[in-house]
Amino acid sequence: MAVSSDKHPAKGGFRAWLNKRLPVDEFIDSQLIGYFAPKNFNIWYFFGSLALLVFVIQILSGIFLTMHYKPSELMAFDSVEYIMREVEWGWLIRYMHSTGASFFFIMVYLHMFRAMMYGSYREPRELLWILGMLLYLALMAEAFMGYVLPWGNMSYWGAQVIVNLFGTIPVIGPAIVEWIRGDYGIADSTLNRFFALHVIALPFAIAFLILMHLVALRQTGSNNPDGIEIKAKLNQDGKPIDGIPFHPYYTIKDLVGVGVFLIFFCGVIFFVPTFGGLFLEKPNFEAANELSTPEHIAPVWYFTAFYAMLRAVPDQQLGALLMLLAIVVLFFLPWLDRSPVKSIRYKGILSKIALTLFVISFVVLSYLGLMPASDLYVILARIFTAIYFAYFILMPWYTSIEKTKPAPERVTYHE
Amino acid sequence: MSDDSMMAKEEVDLSRRKFLTAATVATGAVGAAFTLVPFIASWKPSERARALGAPLEIDLSKLEPGQMITQSWRKQPIYVVKRTPEAVAKLGSHEASLKDPQSGASDQPDYAKNQARSLTPEVLVLYAACTHLGCLPKQYFTQADPAMGADWPGGFFCPCHGSRFDLAGRVFNGSPASTNLRVPPYSFKNDSLLIIGIDANEQGAA
Repeated sequence: MAVSSDKHPAKGGFRAWLNKRLPVDEFIDSQLIGYFAPKNFNIWYFFGSLALLVFVIQILSGIFLTMHYKPSELMAFDSVEYIMREVEWGWLIRYMHSTGASFFFIMVYLHMFRAMMYGSYREPRELLWILGMLLYLALMAEAFMGYVLPWGNMSYWGAQVIVNLFGTIPVIGPAIVEWIRGDYGIADSTLNRFFALHVIALPFAIAFLILMHLVALRQTGSNNPDGIEIKAKLNQDGKPIDGIPFHPYYTIKDLVGVGVFLIFFCGVIFFVPTFGGLFLEKPNFEAANELSTPEHIAPVWYFTAFYAMLRAVPDQQLGALLMLLAIVVLFFLPWLDRSPVKSIRYKGILSKIALTLFVISFVVLSYLGLMPASDLYVILARIFTAIYFAYFILMPWYTSIEKTKPAPERVTYHE
Repeated sequence: MSDDSMMAKEEVDLSRRKFLTAATVATGAVGAAFTLVPFIASWKPSERARALGAPLEIDLSKLEPGQMITQSWRKQPIYVVKRTPEAVAKLGSHEASLKDPQSGASDQPDYAKNQARSLTPEVLVLYAACTHLGCLPKQYFTQADPAMGADWPGGFFCPCHGSRFDLAGRVFNGSPASTNLRVPPYSFKNDSLLIIGIDANEQGAA
């Protein structure tokens, strides 16, 4: 109340009328102008807002796709081809959506890497990290179900493989698989419910989690590349000395990011929408065929690291468990890191080596998961799966024994 | 004074209020849990899906030894073969050249995890789809079939990528497929009536 009336004296007119009934200015003042973010953000701090942008793009393009798409076994594939060939600008809307899916994961992976690099998951931001991980899980489910909708042959067999993973649960597995499919195979009922989840249930869940993620961020304040708390040093107004108002400073900065993002995003949409089979897989240009399996089944690139882990284990049950653990272990990151400093800038050499190896293992596993499972690739997948898990399992050890540099009192600009 | 003390007494009895609150919450929770049932159950196979996927009865009385019929069950083609006694006898002769002679890595019901991969030695029931990439293997039941070589014991050959299987659906070395052809759940109602979809050990229940 006090904030808005000080800065926006009630002069009458529409704005005053509105603010008396809906606290628009108060919200902007407290959440955007009054929110102080560290002044030393670097390029890695673009990807959160860009992920949000992709979410908006997906919602808008998705709404228009549902106007032409038909979630039925008999019509799904044809309706997607109809969108591509006969709906005016349909190809553009669909390519926005399919490219958006891959860009969503690119943004989220870079955003997560930033958090791992600068210790943004550490106390007091554990819940912020967990909410982010839940968002990642919801996004994976959303992407998988969206991938099934075009009802191409890779959609069909991908659904087969992923749904059958639930069959590895002891005792109740087969019943759960039947329940998920609603039939004795991947069928019309499966497609129809995946459509409902993809366009209603999961987008709602994701929007809610994004809101919670932002509320939690406002509560703890943003971390920064130095991994120190700017709230520890306040000026006489009670604002962080090393903080600047989110609006206009970071809203303007993020707009530059949006511009660069759109160059890449539009480049893919207009020139390489399938991205050589990485964003839209070639077998999916063929309708679902229950009697013919694609040459080799691979998920889209953003899942292949986990898929490589699944195939690295000869036992399907253990493989599925390992794949699940690879994601679950991320939730525990805040408690595995025992370093006295948060940011990689002040951590010791062991943490730097560990993070580098982790990134390499994730990239290599992603590549291996795209390739047919030959003997050599399986052996490599085992080695890099071990490295992936070693990053987490050994973290309490290497973060506590290494020699760290003292974190600065105030944020720095050297890079 | 008396009014005040009455009020105070009423407010003091918190345990009663707590109990009522807890009881209301518990009743509501039970109601909510029961309300979930129809929503969760709506995901189960519908009556139509169940009818279309019902167990399939196949009369084998007209099937001669050495013959095969193909039937479709739950959208998957099923091979039913009546093996000759000679073919059954030959099953043990070529195990050295099989990838998975004991079917340890292959997918079949427990009662078909034997040399003949079947309930009874004569009748072989298989999912037709090749375990490599899902093509349909063709029948080459004649021993030493000229197309398959002198030591061919009779079996299946997949025309797509050349996987070879014996007359128990077991895959030969050198095939791209790595596991034996899958066996669906099945049982016999009587000597000549085969039922696909009901396990032999569940016969009573069905």
